[in-house]
Amino acid sequence: MKLTLGPVLFNWPTLAWSDFYARIADEAPVDRVVVGEVVCSKRSPFRLEAAGAVVERLERGGKEVVIAALALPTLKREIVEIDAAAEGLHLIEIGDVTALAAVAGQPHVIGPMFNVYNEATLSELAALGAMTVCLPPELPMSSVAVLGKAQASPELEVFAFGRAPLAVAARCYHARAHGLMKDACRYVCENDPDGLEVETLDGQPFLAVNGVQTLASGVTVLSGEVADLRAANVARLRLSPQTGDMVAVAQSFRDLIDGRIDAAEQLARISALQLPGEIVNGYLHARPGAVHVSAAS
Amino acid sequence: MELVCPAGTPHALRTAVDIGADAVYCGFQDETNARNFPGLNFSPEELREGVSYAHRRGTKVLVAINTFARAGGTRLWQQAVEEAVRAGADAIILADIGVIGWACRTFPEQRLHLSVQAAATTPAAIRFYVERYGIKRVVLPRVLTVDEIATLIAAISCEAEVFAFGGLCVMTEGRCQLSSYATGESPNMNGVCSPAEHVEYRQEGGELAARLGGFTIDRYPEGQPAAYPTLCKGRFKVHGKAQHIFEEPASLDTLPLLSALRKAGVRALKIEGRQRGKAYLTATVKAFREALNALEASAEPVVHDLGRLTEGGRGTTGAYRKTWR
Repeated sequence: MKLTLGPVLFNWPTLAWSDFYARIADEAPVDRVVVGEVVCSKRSPFRLEAAGAVVERLERGGKEVVIAALALPTLKREIVEIDAAAEGLHLIEIGDVTALAAVAGQPHVIGPMFNVYNEATLSELAALGAMTVCLPPELPMSSVAVLGKAQASPELEVFAFGRAPLAVAARCYHARAHGLMKDACRYVCENDPDGLEVETLDGQPFLAVNGVQTLASGVTVLSGEVADLRAANVARLRLSPQTGDMVAVAQSFRDLIDGRIDAAEQLARISALQLPGEIVNGYLHARPGAVHVSAAS
Repeated sequence: MELVCPAGTPHALRTAVDIGADAVYCGFQDETNARNFPGLNFSPEELREGVSYAHRRGTKVLVAINTFARAGGTRLWQQAVEEAVRAGADAIILADIGVIGWACRTFPEQRLHLSVQAAATTPAAIRFYVERYGIKRVVLPRVLTVDEIATLIAAISCEAEVFAFGGLCVMTEGRCQLSSYATGESPNMNGVCSPAEHVEYRQEGGELAARLGGFTIDRYPEGQPAAYPTLCKGRFKVHGKAQHIFEEPASLDTLPLLSALRKAGVRALKIEGRQRGKAYLTATVKAFREALNALEASAEPVVHDLGRLTEGGRGTTGAYRKTWR
């Protein structure tokens, strides 16, 4: 089983973003790193200058680099950017059909915000050149198992760590929370490197807002499930960057996969890290995504 | 512009046909469509009768099979497509690339529409569906402004349908898993959002708490009417302050925009609400029928106040105006 580090979904300052990848390049036992802005095209100009160096650094560190396309492109310049990326040297990870149209017929990767629920869709995507498909977070194990047995299947990836991306919209909730409009947002999303906390009126953590994206407040941590996923032909686990020690997260997943530690030890190690929310894993167990199903139950 | 009206039941279908729908849309009694509610929708036989009733009066029937097929269960979605074809549906509204690919290869003559749940927002995405699967019409997600819709329509070779009235998805349709995060059931997988069996109202110290999957979606002081706890219309605490972080309870109402939508090249207007009652159906269809007739005749449109039919008594033009974002 391989490890994929998903794209940084949040608006981290460019310097922090570059430093993060430098450390990943040097220390994280991940095989593939997906780099690029997925949520809001207003953020990318700041990182553009740093991106070349980040990609080079990661590749020198022995990582395979995949370039992420925007998840909800609507503006002309956003589509032009995807077309340009599709002509580049790297595999592209796409999040919607606009980007799929740009990469159709050439090898590419399907990200977790693309709707892949069944073997018929998987086979359509394989015919279009999908090499890896990261499944939507809400998919239960029963579906993963069926997809793992599908014929002519691209390799499957499952979202294993981080705040799961749940929705994307035209409206920027970060701007809205600050009484601003999207076009004059003042980049307020930069204040929340793990997303803006959305609690219920009773003070219960619920969701996290990240610009036009809404994520789970709970942090997905797959642990005991990893053995089942491997048995179901899942080839990769996706770790989605949060603040905190992603190298340690990657190391504990690597150790679990390689049999150096058991699931309880892996979960204990990750629980000891600074996480932005409570640990959840309900989706894979066909339960609400917000719940945690313990190994014993 | 064609007026496309909701038919949650055979009775609603006849009502909509009788009062001036150009087309009605409906679904089967299972998770193959995005309004999989108890007591709603059609058996294959009811659909055949409905199509026959509608066709006698010159009204089209569009069948929505617009959820994403369950892994290992795709046959159910294929059977739904077969039943719709057999019933003589004028078009089938699909969302899942897997189902679309199968339908276009199995029934090359059948007219296919792309559901809003497919979230095709750009000329490139729509061209992909048109060229690869022969899609004849796209239902546009509620994320575009009227100007963007006009630009988009100029760049595509199929018809475009937009939502004209009704419940407003705040998130891009087909790309939202908030409901399953709280309840385990979602629009994409189960054809439901914020399902009623996960809703709980509880009186707590002079307030009514409305919960979904155990999460408080809103609280109401005594005497104030409580809205259904649809997740994205809830009040939540952000920076310690209670607010409708995603959207106020409001319904889309495009009556003020009809002329602009026609100018943009929109071919069809869809009224949301297969789950709504007869009063809603009658009032909305009549209002839009009259407004469209007036528009065609270049007459001053009769202004209807549909406020009482909207959520929270509030209408919004939503994403159609840029300031909404």
